Amino acid sequence: MSRQIGEVILDLKNVSLSFGGVKALTDISFDVREHEIRAIIGPNGAGKSSMLNVINGVYRPQQGEIVLRGQHFSKMNPYKAAKAGISRTFQNIALFKGMNVIDNLMTGRNLKIRSNLIQQAFWWGPARREELAHRAKVEEVIDFLEIQHIRKTPVGRLPYGLQKRVDLGRALAMEPSILLLDEPMAGMNVEEKQDMCRFILDVNDQFGTTIVLIEHDMAVVMDISDRVVVLDYGKKIGDGAPDAVRANPEVISAYLGASH
Amino acid sequence: MGFFLETLIGGLMAGMLYSLVALGFVLIFKASGVFNFAQGAMVLFAALAMARFAVWIPAWLGLDSPFLANTIAFLAAGALMFVVAWLVERLVLRHLVNQEGATLLMATLGIAYVLEGVGTSIFGSDVYKIDIGMPKDPVMILEGSFEGGLLINKEDFVAALIAAVLVALLALFFQKTVTGRALRAVADDHQAAQSIGIPLNRIWVIVWCVAGVVALVAGVIWGSKLGVQFSLATVALRGLPVVILGGLTSIPGAIIGGLIIGVGEKLSEVYLGPMIGGGIEIWFAYQLALVFLLFRPQGLFGEKIIDRV
Repeated sequence: MSRQIGEVILDLKNVSLSFGGVKALTDISFDVREHEIRAIIGPNGAGKSSMLNVINGVYRPQQGEIVLRGQHFSKMNPYKAAKAGISRTFQNIALFKGMNVIDNLMTGRNLKIRSNLIQQAFWWGPARREELAHRAKVEEVIDFLEIQHIRKTPVGRLPYGLQKRVDLGRALAMEPSILLLDEPMAGMNVEEKQDMCRFILDVNDQFGTTIVLIEHDMAVVMDISDRVVVLDYGKKIGDGAPDAVRANPEVISAYLGASH
Repeated sequence: MGFFLETLIGGLMAGMLYSLVALGFVLIFKASGVFNFAQGAMVLFAALAMARFAVWIPAWLGLDSPFLANTIAFLAAGALMFVVAWLVERLVLRHLVNQEGATLLMATLGIAYVLEGVGTSIFGSDVYKIDIGMPKDPVMILEGSFEGGLLINKEDFVAALIAAVLVALLALFFQKTVTGRALRAVADDHQAAQSIGIPLNRIWVIVWCVAGVVALVAGVIWGSKLGVQFSLATVALRGLPVVILGGLTSIPGAIIGGLIIGVGEKLSEVYLGPMIGGGIEIWFAYQLALVFLLFRPQGLFGEKIIDRV
């Protein structure tokens, strides 16, 4: 593979998160290196989505911190995360249903838009040029994800698999350095899964985007990721290369539900 | 024929004003998914501010020009609506991100009572008048084409014109600007909007400001027609059938819904009134809204509600 895995770009230190009495995450630490594909796996309710929501700032952990490119964040929020180049997709698709595909992707460019409201209102020189440049970028994403044929379709009308792809597209339109994918293949058929895998690998390979993903399909995870973190009941029970994780007895028992 | 056209035009002009009120609902609903019960209170509050500032400010500065006094009062009332928007975001909405629609609805009811209370305690509860020099006398047009010509109320005509311009500007703003797109994004999904870096707080301030300005314009126009009094808050209720008809999420819907209701009211009053007794104007709109709720609950232009099972 041509890509080179780099330094640690995102480091989570001793993160604990609880909702009232329920401990969602207990003292979890792991790191993510630049350009790698890092998977988070675990049985249902293991705290995978919570982990992603902590990175993205939706949840504020009671303890622990996030170090992003050497910068310490004890309080992350989604806006800061987006500004720092983290974008994400959602487990239950969260697209803007009333808008068409192009507009959905254009919202992903929001942070990069510099012209002010008045210039926009009059479609004035710089605003116009800017809109066209962003539109060109969005068209690149559309070509990349092979969704040219649905560009003008309101996303609410698209089948599930395509909505997932548009969700990925919106995240890509932000040109993120770190991409968080929350079960990108959930509910897809085999063919759609294969497509999605190909897109994830291509994003990683062509743009060098670091990817953190949650996925249930073990075959897929072991196939595409460089390193895997395993969570169970909010605790980290394994961390390492796919083969090492697969051989880890604790992981096996968590997945098979039996103590050997 | 002349009489029919006169009624029709009268209805269209009244309808434009309903559209303006309905627009306030649609704006906030589109941007935050909240049905804003405080819209009527905002109209009252803005009109009260305008009416009182137009008296207080010239007295304080020693101005005599009514035009200048009105302009300053309008700007000051506009600024006050900005402050209201900012406070609403800061004190209420910020704490209710990602809450259920019903919670937010109750919050706006609360805002309505606070605005009415604060409004009357600052500005008093008398009936005030707003005199922005609207032409009062009716005018005859097209005397050559019809026998007796068409009698048009100039005041209504000017009001309808102002409303039409405002509505057109807002529609453009929502559809064509990046900020408009961000507003629509927030309306569809708070969490997703945040994840792509749309600052929710700023968007809410913007949309409540815009709704505040719409309320101010509606308050000034209705206030100069009816006088500024507590019942102005119920003018907003006239916007309800309009949004049901046009759809809560559609700006063109608010406009066309308003026009249909305006025209329907006037025509039914004039042509059906003699048969089934007068006073149709009062309930016609609500009746029409009921029929729509039965057969097309999303309204004429609203987004169709499809649940995936």
